[in-house]
Amino acid sequence: MVGELSPTAFVILSIVKVVAVFTVVMVVVALLTLLERKVSAWMQDRLGPNRVGPGGIAQPAADGLKNILKEETNPGEANRVFFTLAPMLSIIPALITFAVIPFAAPLPTPWGLLPMLIADVPIGVLFLLAFSSLGVYGIVIAGWASSNKYALLGGLRAGAQMISYEIALGLSLLSVFFLVGDVTLPGVVWSQQQMHLWFALPLALSFLFFWVSAFAETNRLPFDLPEAESELITGYHTEYSSMKFSMFFIAEYAHVLTISALMATLFLGGWDIPGWQGDNMLAMADGSVLGAEPAWWITILTLIAFLLKTFFFILVFMLVRWTVPRFRYDQVMDLGWKIMLPVALAGVIVTSGTILALDVAGVEYGLVFGLVLTLVNLVMLAIVLWLFDSGRVLSGSTALHEKRVRARAKAEFYRKQHELPVATGTGKQG
Amino acid sequence: MAATVRVLKRPEGKSSYVRATLKGMALTFRHMVNPHKVTMQYPEEKWALSPRWRGTHVMEQHEDGSPKCVACGLCPTICPANCIRLIPGEDKNGNRYPIVYEIDEFRCIFCGMCQEVCPVEAIHVGQDYENSEYTRERFVYDLDRLMNQDHPSTLLWDPSDPAGE
Repeated sequence: MVGELSPTAFVILSIVKVVAVFTVVMVVVALLTLLERKVSAWMQDRLGPNRVGPGGIAQPAADGLKNILKEETNPGEANRVFFTLAPMLSIIPALITFAVIPFAAPLPTPWGLLPMLIADVPIGVLFLLAFSSLGVYGIVIAGWASSNKYALLGGLRAGAQMISYEIALGLSLLSVFFLVGDVTLPGVVWSQQQMHLWFALPLALSFLFFWVSAFAETNRLPFDLPEAESELITGYHTEYSSMKFSMFFIAEYAHVLTISALMATLFLGGWDIPGWQGDNMLAMADGSVLGAEPAWWITILTLIAFLLKTFFFILVFMLVRWTVPRFRYDQVMDLGWKIMLPVALAGVIVTSGTILALDVAGVEYGLVFGLVLTLVNLVMLAIVLWLFDSGRVLSGSTALHEKRVRARAKAEFYRKQHELPVATGTGKQG
Repeated sequence: MAATVRVLKRPEGKSSYVRATLKGMALTFRHMVNPHKVTMQYPEEKWALSPRWRGTHVMEQHEDGSPKCVACGLCPTICPANCIRLIPGEDKNGNRYPIVYEIDEFRCIFCGMCQEVCPVEAIHVGQDYENSEYTRERFVYDLDRLMNQDHPSTLLWDPSDPAGE
């Protein structure tokens, strides 16, 4: 049994963790830019960058070097202070949010039990939500300070989009908190292990909404309206060059990485290894452990599990980017306010009602509890997907043909009712 | 491969967005894992050129290394881009030879008429397209440079089928 960390060990190990995690995140983000280019190339039957280093692995380093050496331009009309501040405001929240995500099972060290996350703050997810919504300030300020109409429009769109989807994001998180009764992310992982079921199933509706909102929050296709190349050049980073542009780029991928890790933690069991109970553990604040005994090899295995789950979400991000076209602006707002918000609200009510009913009925928290919730959520999900689909509540932009057919039938009906002559197009009859 | 654009009529209420999106994602995924890629690794692999490809010029030479050109002046006359500069000379035996023979590859439109008109099959267009240089002056090829091109020269017509039938 390993005990609590001594204060000295806590400080030193925390610094080590911060440096290690920061390094790994920055390297992974750099590799993600390469992966994006590779994956997009593969999807288009191309090879992608493969000249720098074996298989193009050093391409991010070459890009970084190029961006540092490039000339930095400052538009004459731009507000210099905010123009410089914006990339920093954009990148810092993206990196800081990783601090509360647990990436492996706690590691026993000679100095005590080391929780595998940087800061085990009691407000976990709230911290994360607060900082991830700070990211939009960077974009809005960039759009305003550039003194460019395209950048301004991009910034405005980013602001509107973030606000709209933050609500659905927060509401889908609510059901997780109802189920866990805790807002720390290690607590979320522990409850999923206790249920023997990842929350992706019992909270399927929240999962779907969180996922959709995550695309909107990271400004990725199909929600990349703030940068919309075809309409707004590149939106808020129109005026940016060299390393400042690169910082926006890094921020975007850091956001993708963080939100993928978060989805893996909240809905796919975090670092939990499926079908194995040996890793079910929760480190308490006093250094004791609930559940299984921690070991260094469990930490490594769980880290691999966590990375695989995160990688899965990142891959889906990229897959969606090259499959789905961009939404029109009014469609984004329609989806956010008219559909996601009320449906997420209804979903929260039904889910929390089910949890309450199960608690009152005396069902023990565990697999049965989860299965009942799964059933309820899958029914809700089926209804929501049925509503979403085929233009029942949200009409697609390709539905014009149907409208024309309907208008023609209506005109014909009107003509017969009033016994008007058939229109020939010459305009001389009757 | 010719690109064909199919315009689909998607009636509202009859086509499923969700199914269409999933089908699209399956398609992109299939292409992602498909090992067959169309990229040509350019400096390492290159397209096979047609035997009639008209590129950078080649001057044919005799076995003793002198140019086959007899400085008749037909190629500068026919050249539509006026890119050939020829100053003819005559040796003591009365044989004409080029004192200066320069082709400005920048002005050349690679029509191949110089090769067609040449009575002694001296000047040829060649099967080469990698002729980038750092300065404009380097694009004016002199006689030595034209004789030292190492790429094959072009067949403007098939010798067995000169009329192109």
